[in-house]
Amino acid sequence: MNIQGIKVIYYQEMLRAWETLFQTLASPVISTCLYFIVFGSAIGSRIQSIDGVSYGLFIVPGLTMLSLLTQSIANASFGIFFPKFTGSIYEIHSAPISFFEIIIGFVGAAASKSLIIGIVILITASFFVDLQIAHPIWMATFLILTCISFSLFGFIIGLWANDFEKLQVIPLLVITPLVFLGGSFYSINMLPPFWQTVTLFNPVVYLISGFRWSFFEVSDVSVGVSLAVILGFLFVCIAIVGWMFKTGYRVKQ
Amino acid sequence: MKSIVSIQDLSKTYDSGFRALKSINLDIKDGEIFALLGPNGAGKTTLISIICGIVTASQGTVTVNGFDNITAYRQTRELIGLVPQELTLGAFETVWNTIRFSRGLFGKKKDNTYLEQLLKDLSLFDKKDSELRELSGGMKRRVLIAKALSHQPKIIFLDEPTAGVDVELRKDMWNIVRRLRDSGVTIILTTHYIEEAEEIADRIGIISNGELLLVEDKRTLMHNLGKKQLIIELKESVSSLQQELTDYDLVLSEEGDQLIYTYDSMSDNAGITDLLQTIKMVGLELKDLHINKSSLEDIFVDLVKEDQMRTERVEVKV
Repeated sequence: MNIQGIKVIYYQEMLRAWETLFQTLASPVISTCLYFIVFGSAIGSRIQSIDGVSYGLFIVPGLTMLSLLTQSIANASFGIFFPKFTGSIYEIHSAPISFFEIIIGFVGAAASKSLIIGIVILITASFFVDLQIAHPIWMATFLILTCISFSLFGFIIGLWANDFEKLQVIPLLVITPLVFLGGSFYSINMLPPFWQTVTLFNPVVYLISGFRWSFFEVSDVSVGVSLAVILGFLFVCIAIVGWMFKTGYRVKQ
Repeated sequence: MKSIVSIQDLSKTYDSGFRALKSINLDIKDGEIFALLGPNGAGKTTLISIICGIVTASQGTVTVNGFDNITAYRQTRELIGLVPQELTLGAFETVWNTIRFSRGLFGKKKDNTYLEQLLKDLSLFDKKDSELRELSGGMKRRVLIAKALSHQPKIIFLDEPTAGVDVELRKDMWNIVRRLRDSGVTIILTTHYIEEAEEIADRIGIISNGELLLVEDKRTLMHNLGKKQLIIELKESVSSLQQELTDYDLVLSEEGDQLIYTYDSMSDNAGITDLLQTIKMVGLELKDLHINKSSLEDIFVDLVKEDQMRTERVEVKV
């Protein structure tokens, strides 16, 4: 195992975030604050509590997930796309390092950054609402699994994209709508029955529901199903990456 | 001398259907400088890329120091350093961080003393904290070399190392190549500057249209394919050759003022004395004599032209 190789990839990716620390942290923190001001205080004060949880508090897990998902994808996809774009990827291809080790380096760094951002968002939220976590271990499990699986998903996007447009298209056109329609700001029980059924096809619903359960013990779907969905998504991503590696699709000529 | 890189029956067809390499067989000897010459699109970069693991071969095998480059890629790749043709570098890292990255990527523990010396050898030490995007083209080329050498490889591939490089850097580059060879490193380079291959390489391979036309020791190549011509300038022009001179391989220039005698430079009996005596006998007066020796470039151009004509003939038949 090329431990040094994994270390330098991880270190280089973390260094990139460190050098742009302000942008890395300021953007999610500011947007979270804005959501809290608009939804939590301005609108939320006129909304009844949902399942016994005040609206401001209710949206915390969804908001965290929103940032986590977009940041994981953005970090991991850019991390691998940029060397492809500059051509410096040749060095990684010609190094004595396996694809698995490359993934640990890149995805590990992207997931670590997202995890830090997630924690910073939760700390920021605690300034606005009285945040209590009913099941801290479950909360951490969901947080970490989400960071890893969506960083892996971002890595796939970064490998697949051959221009900047493609890099943006999935986060913008797929992820953002899925997160907004995935119960970040509402309980799916508030929807008409037909849309409740439709929304169950959105995997993000399960993530947010499970994550929310770990805070307030209220959920749209059972926590076991949530965990199964996120693990399933993780395995699908691993399978896609494995296939890309085996066939060389968008990896090697 | 044992071979350190062995290529057998190597072919590559890209997804577009383009056949970049056609059944290449080649052995690179340990410690030599091997120059691969070929026109653009001949397959030089594809060949190097397959050995280094960047491109997957369609057929054939490559072994490096006895290890297969697919099944034992870790053993083969840690021996190899690659300096690519394009200035493919990141933008925001510093010189120091990028070479540390390269060393680590190849599984080597950090060694600041070695890396500092490497930067000094490449006149990069004062740029150590500069970001890559701030460097000039020549400096970037040096950084690529530093990256390739950062893990102390036994084999170095230099893909067009002097393309677009100024004279000073080119000289530096060849000094570096010589130094590396002296330290036991095997060097495989592709170049357009034939006179440099002539000067620096031990062996030369000529590749065209994905086929290796020839691999030869440089001196043998120059001897076997190098022609010598004796140009005899006459005081007065003649309209045709005298009967006595037609026995020699002589050509009369269009103006009739030069006799061109082509002979084998390796032959013990080139027949020059006889020829000169015959010229004296028929009463021709000489103005001057000089010798033309074909360069590697002439050999290269001849071989590639021949190959292209053959390809065209095949295409016409099809």
